[in-house]
Amino acid sequence: MAVLVQRPQTVDFSVTKVLRFLRKQTPAPSYLFLIPMAVFSMLPIVYVISTAFKPLEELLLFPPPFLVRRPTLDNFQDLLLATNALAVPFTRYLFNSIFVVLTTVLLQVMMCSMCAYPLSKARVLPGRNFIFGMIVAALMFAPQVTRIPQYLVVQKIGLIDTYGALILPALAWSYGLFMMKQFMDNAVPNELIEAARVDGAQEWTIFWKIVMPNVAPAWNTLLIFGFIQLWNDSFSPLVFTRSEAMKTVSVAMISLTNGPAAIARQGAQAAAAFLMTAPTITVFLLRQAKVIQTMAHSGIKS
Amino acid sequence: MAGRTEVMTSRGMVSTAARPEGLALFWQKFGTSYLFMAPFLIFFTIFVVAPVLTAVYLSFTYFNVLEAPRFIGWSNYKLLFLEDDVFIIAIGNTLTFAVITGPVGFFLSFMFAWLINPLKLKTPLALCFYAPSITGAVAMGVVWKIVFSGDRYGYLNNWLLGIGAIDEPYQFLAEQAAIMPVIMFVALWMSMGTGFLVFLAGLQTVPGDLYEAGKMDGIKNPLQEVWYITLPMIKPQLLFGSVMAVVAGFSVFEVATSLAGLPSPLYAGHTIVAHMYDFAFIRFEMGYATTVAVFLFLLTFGLGRLLMRMFSSKNEY
Repeated sequence: MAVLVQRPQTVDFSVTKVLRFLRKQTPAPSYLFLIPMAVFSMLPIVYVISTAFKPLEELLLFPPPFLVRRPTLDNFQDLLLATNALAVPFTRYLFNSIFVVLTTVLLQVMMCSMCAYPLSKARVLPGRNFIFGMIVAALMFAPQVTRIPQYLVVQKIGLIDTYGALILPALAWSYGLFMMKQFMDNAVPNELIEAARVDGAQEWTIFWKIVMPNVAPAWNTLLIFGFIQLWNDSFSPLVFTRSEAMKTVSVAMISLTNGPAAIARQGAQAAAAFLMTAPTITVFLLRQAKVIQTMAHSGIKS
Repeated sequence: MAGRTEVMTSRGMVSTAARPEGLALFWQKFGTSYLFMAPFLIFFTIFVVAPVLTAVYLSFTYFNVLEAPRFIGWSNYKLLFLEDDVFIIAIGNTLTFAVITGPVGFFLSFMFAWLINPLKLKTPLALCFYAPSITGAVAMGVVWKIVFSGDRYGYLNNWLLGIGAIDEPYQFLAEQAAIMPVIMFVALWMSMGTGFLVFLAGLQTVPGDLYEAGKMDGIKNPLQEVWYITLPMIKPQLLFGSVMAVVAGFSVFEVATSLAGLPSPLYAGHTIVAHMYDFAFIRFEMGYATTVAVFLFLLTFGLGRLLMRMFSSKNEY
């Protein structure tokens, strides 16, 4: 994919040649610039990972060593068992996060795909432009804008402090619907669907057996994005839940670093940060090829 | 069943048996489509459309959650713009943040995507640049707080003291002048996100022969190539990336609060969303908080429309 373009080798020593030479033939200058930038970009993450495994004596060293010398799991033990300053054990936050994120992301992607299918493939659909217009409009405002009235709605339905409060408001995911529709427009040939309709296939069968396999990169990507976003989100759990037992890892992080519990050791903080960061990076690493493939279709044609 | 009916009507065949009329016909033709969309649209209505409309209504009321909202006309808006000095600070901070990190992040995303696209080590490099954006601001705040820590144990202070640039530790997270720059720096570090991936993906879709054609037409160097071929070709991706950047810029909250706290020292890291959060969920003045929300909504929405107009051109219709 990287080198699709094979340019003819002409013999000229113009600026063109030199610049292109710098950029492609020997990418050394690019690398000289990009590799330090990439390393810089990764430093804080490496630091978190390394610190999470540092034994106490290394945490207290000054100046603090950047990399761990004798890795231990002490910090995790400390975090998991001895977080007395927090009202509930860390595993509870972890369970909440995993449960809420997985449930939400699966429902979310399913709903987005189902809604995207007629928006993209129905021949005639009254209200299509209106609905899609609203979705694009919803992309344009900060999600926090709706949080206050959402809070009131959640309160009215009596969901405050339940898993429902964390899951339901997140389900209508405009970004996911938008991406899914764009991908279906581009990646699923209309002829394929027509043929299936002629053969008398039910719409659900077409959706499940033909469309979904064809948009696999898109829902893979959305699963990842949804996962990352929900996993990191501290706003919803802060606002929609009251009791500690319903909070998620991201909120526990805030109490660990800011609140009265901040006395918790640096090691435990790093361990928590590691537990928060590792899943998102792992999930992305496993699936990044699909992500790039999907993103190619994500443009807005105004 | 409905699927089958749709096939027939759509292919122009009119069933000779009982011909449904009015609503029944409508349902027969489009019912399946609406059923597919129903789950999303129901949740979208309850948790997005209704809240936005409610927010607009509540912004004209005094509402403290305990009592019913009381209509007070434009008072909230007057208060917001004429008397709330902290909000003016918040707007200033948010604007500074958005105006700098938005375009800079957008440009950096494009530049890095463009630079690494032709390289062999593209994938690992892309991962390195992308990784910070998927770490939560809250989690990474831990590290950045150590880096910018106000005592001599902070990495930055330690280093600056070491090279003799300063004599005593500088309070990066407490000095008014330093808070916003620090927040923006961390935000830029995290900014190679969706936009970056979109550009990277977009660059791969530009057909190679276009560059050949461009060369015939007298394009002389890579910069012209970018300007005349690459950028126009990935315009939809650029638009998407810019909308995302604007929204992210104006809704800055977590980076700011995880680094500077809420409220931050002298409100130096206060943002529009932080202001909204403060009034909504700390003081429970919901009416006033929704006024802030409506303002933010109009701002990002207006900018989004503006961007769409800027990027649109006739040949795309």
